[in-house]
Amino acid sequence: MAAYALRRLILIPPLLIGVSLLLFILTHIIPADPAKLIAGEHAGPDQVAAVRHAFGLDRPLPEQYVVYIEKLARGNLGVSMLTNSPVLGDLLQYFPATIELTAAAMVLTVVLGVPLGILSAVRAGGAFDLAAQVFSVSGLSFPIFFFGILLQLVFVRALGWFPLSGRLAITASPPHHVTGLYVVDSLLAGNVADLVSAVSHLALPSLTLALTSIAPTVRITRSTMLEALSQDYIRTAWAKGLMSARVFVHHGLRNALIPVVTVLGLYTSGLLGGVFLVELIFDWPGVGLYSVNAITAFDYSAIMGTSLLLTVTFVLINLGVDLLYAVIDPRIRY
Amino acid sequence: MLSSTRVSATSVAPRGRGASYLRRSLRLLARIPSAWIGVTIVSLLAAVALAGPAAAPYDPFHISAADKLRPPSPVHPFGTDDLGRDLLSRVLTGARISLAVAVVVLVLAMVVGVGLGLVAGYWGGWMDEVLMRTTDVFLAFPRLVLAIAIAATLGPGLSNSVIAIALSWWPWYTRLVRGQLLSLREQEYVLAAVSLGAGRPRILLRHLLPNVGSTVVIQASIDIGFAILATASLSFIGLGAQPPTPEWGAIIAQARSYMVDAWWYPTFPGLAIFLAVLGFNLLGNAVRDAFDPRLRSVT
Repeated sequence: MAAYALRRLILIPPLLIGVSLLLFILTHIIPADPAKLIAGEHAGPDQVAAVRHAFGLDRPLPEQYVVYIEKLARGNLGVSMLTNSPVLGDLLQYFPATIELTAAAMVLTVVLGVPLGILSAVRAGGAFDLAAQVFSVSGLSFPIFFFGILLQLVFVRALGWFPLSGRLAITASPPHHVTGLYVVDSLLAGNVADLVSAVSHLALPSLTLALTSIAPTVRITRSTMLEALSQDYIRTAWAKGLMSARVFVHHGLRNALIPVVTVLGLYTSGLLGGVFLVELIFDWPGVGLYSVNAITAFDYSAIMGTSLLLTVTFVLINLGVDLLYAVIDPRIRY
Repeated sequence: MLSSTRVSATSVAPRGRGASYLRRSLRLLARIPSAWIGVTIVSLLAAVALAGPAAAPYDPFHISAADKLRPPSPVHPFGTDDLGRDLLSRVLTGARISLAVAVVVLVLAMVVGVGLGLVAGYWGGWMDEVLMRTTDVFLAFPRLVLAIAIAATLGPGLSNSVIAIALSWWPWYTRLVRGQLLSLREQEYVLAAVSLGAGRPRILLRHLLPNVGSTVVIQASIDIGFAILATASLSFIGLGAQPPTPEWGAIIAQARSYMVDAWWYPTFPGLAIFLAVLGFNLLGNAVRDAFDPRLRSVT
């Protein structure tokens, strides 16, 4: 298994080169002149030329790319024009918030999606099943940014149950930095006030983000569970006189789980797309918000850095999911 | 009753395989209830999109300071926005933009994706290798992230967002077509065409393309809803349509600053996106169920 994981990890650098090359080519075929943008609106031609030279933009394209890759290999992602600090440092600062948001959304997906799917398979054709199916089709069609706004309208504006945006109440100070995840850090510090504040700030964004993954999870869990329940060994289990809970969970669910894990893995990576929208709506200071700000400022180093970070994250998540198969299904060996 | 007699009639006197396949599939499609809901929504949407500005009760760009942020009323059923523009008119006008963008995105992605898929699957060899490794790079990303990254690099604007979404979409079609071609190119009718002296373009366009056509159309019918979602998402971030264009995602983006006082402002364009995507998803899923021969044996 270690050898398999290693082989997969070796594939990351070529992938990064591919992705960076794609974005690099795109940045340089567009008409907008980054040097002009950096120099500012009122800069004269001399100043623009100076900026162009300082950033190496006057050199041939292949050379510029080689320089970028060399820097990248040393962990240098360039300097953000927007924050005026190294992109790598910025990303490390913003990334924990995104991890916290995505992890919370994933927990919600498993906690809500899998049981809903099982219940609708066990009661297939019933009213609950129908409701779950309507929910799952609607959930896939719902724009998540609109879902986030609806949640804000209902739970913040009308009911006042949750805070509108941010990670923590303005009056609270962030817990001592250990992991960067406020929920975990406040737990470690034993700070109940921070914990409550962090969880209540996390609730609506993570639910919004989870919408796109809960709906397909319900659907897949339902169909794989239905398939598992129609197998001969289930009939055997019933014939042995086992309790229904044991039949459903031990014999049905265990076998239905593998495709569910595949889909969960797929959608965890899919959640990364939603991160941009959700962080924007809830003013959540993660890499999504960071890059949306970078986008509006044409901050190419930051855009490139975020894209590369997300590529690595995506590959690692997929690898994690593949390794998880072996844990769930002893028949799988790498 | 009538339909069953028709079934026996076709089975007695078999016609061209294509026609009966289409007819049987359509008949199956008509039996799926959600397909009818989908068809209804999509037809309404298409009608509004075709009518364009004619469907709108007011000029969607007309600014009126006296009417700003009015709640829904008989005069303005969806209320008005922060510049006093009629929201119903803006949402109706937006239908044409969303639909047009989604169609253009899919056509671009399909033309590029299917073309390259045919090339990769039929030629094979190094060409296949290069194309497949290229798609690997694109598929390494969730589609929306890639579209955002590309649109960010290209800069804001509706046409750039179209290019960005299409660029993030074509590899899926390439993979789909190539996979099919690997088995299709070994078929006897291809061998027959080759032995009759048909050139590669002819074999690709006349013999192979029609055989992957239905798969591609089924995939496209599922994708169109997501294309609408992706367009709206990019506009919401600020990468797609720019104000004052009445694009649904862009309207919601503008509405964010006023939503505390005006719930209707983001709500109606949001519902419009939801309904449009829902309609296409219901229809697309039903089309897949009815047309996919592998699923048909189950039904």
